[in-house]
Amino acid sequence: MNITVTVNGTEHTADVEPRLLLVDFIRTNLGLTGTHIGCDTTSCGVCTVRLDGTPVKTCTMFAVQANGRSITTVEGLKQNGELSAMQQAFREHHGLQCGFCTPAMMLVGTALIEENPNPSEDEIRWAISGNLCRCTGYMNIVKSIEAAAEATREGASS
Amino acid sequence: MYPGKFDYLAPETLDEALSVLAEKGDEVKVLAGGQSLIPMMKLRLAQPPTLLDINRIPDLDGLNRTNGTLHIGSLVRHNDVVKSDTAKANHTVASAAPWIADPIVRNLGTVAGSLAHHDPEGDWASVMLACGAELVLTSSTGQRVVDINDFLVDMFTTSCQPNELVTEVRVAAHSASGGGNYQKLERKVGDYATVGVATSLELDHGGVISSAGIALTSVYTHNLKVIEAENALVGQTPSDELFAEAGRIAAQACNPDSDSRGSATYKRHIVHVFTRRGLARSLEIAQGGQS
Repeated sequence: MNITVTVNGTEHTADVEPRLLLVDFIRTNLGLTGTHIGCDTTSCGVCTVRLDGTPVKTCTMFAVQANGRSITTVEGLKQNGELSAMQQAFREHHGLQCGFCTPAMMLVGTALIEENPNPSEDEIRWAISGNLCRCTGYMNIVKSIEAAAEATREGASS
Repeated sequence: MYPGKFDYLAPETLDEALSVLAEKGDEVKVLAGGQSLIPMMKLRLAQPPTLLDINRIPDLDGLNRTNGTLHIGSLVRHNDVVKSDTAKANHTVASAAPWIADPIVRNLGTVAGSLAHHDPEGDWASVMLACGAELVLTSSTGQRVVDINDFLVDMFTTSCQPNELVTEVRVAAHSASGGGNYQKLERKVGDYATVGVATSLELDHGGVISSAGIALTSVYTHNLKVIEAENALVGQTPSDELFAEAGRIAAQACNPDSDSRGSATYKRHIVHVFTRRGLARSLEIAQGGQS
């Protein structure tokens, strides 16, 4: 089946089998390996991308379902060649250790602060509760998202 | 893990979808959120020859209230319910929604899809049993409205026929003197309930219970509506003792398994506690506490 999907602003057309999982379309067909495969059972959340802005787990979606829609992966977070506020915050606050969950954490964090520019710690922990991290104990991930929210609010008001 | 091969259809009108179901419903699975179906296909527990994706059909995502009824369309996601002010018209529905799966799964998974899938440990069926919901089943030849008790047949089995699509879930809004609640114990976000208890109450002008709903998740072979406990409440003046009695009846009616989530004794105890607690919370809302 022929599909056209816009990924990080670029339109891609491909002929795919209906059973091709979206995560494999992104990683194998498009070569965007920042989207990871972890549990492959909708539990860990490392395969999360934003589909028309909404975070979804791409191990539990077929590529054909994304036909005609827009996807943002971690590779699409940078803005004008610069790290986004979220990426910058993860860097400054050491919001990662091994880095495996990081792309999804940053995408979920970005979606959260767009919807809720000033989230409480509880709201942040709730928002990332579909994403597992086995290194950090989440402390620095929460700090990073808080810092990114603050930087984004300041950026918006200046 | 990869599913077997299938044909994929994504019609853009309801009529087209219904004619596919009319023609070959037996070999079709409907894809709404896919958050249960796709994992089952990956494990090859489900191998439908044809997948009918209804996500491109307009107007199936309505979440509306008309008079005393909440209408939940086929494509209303769990998170649509979480974020909706309209859904607060039914307190049991509103309090259950944030406990379904995890925040990202909630972005895709649907209420109607969960009910149609009928996992015997799903949360929504308990909510709908406690609240007396109805399902609207639409086919190319017409429409019928089925009571939730008749819709849920057995695990992974409903009375939805191969030519029918669940186009709406209808559930009564609580009145100003009604309330409801969903209590869920889970080991971690996204897990099945260790125990879930849905409750719903309506009070008459004198403060006497005029109707009551209680249904349990994960403590029986299917979602269990505890009619005996409901009957024990109706016509009574609410009290801690009365709710404790309903809790005792519910704990006796269930038949949990001992497993990695806890022993049968423990789960039975939680059913007792959650029934009492859920009813107390429902009463608080019914008596004008914060919703």
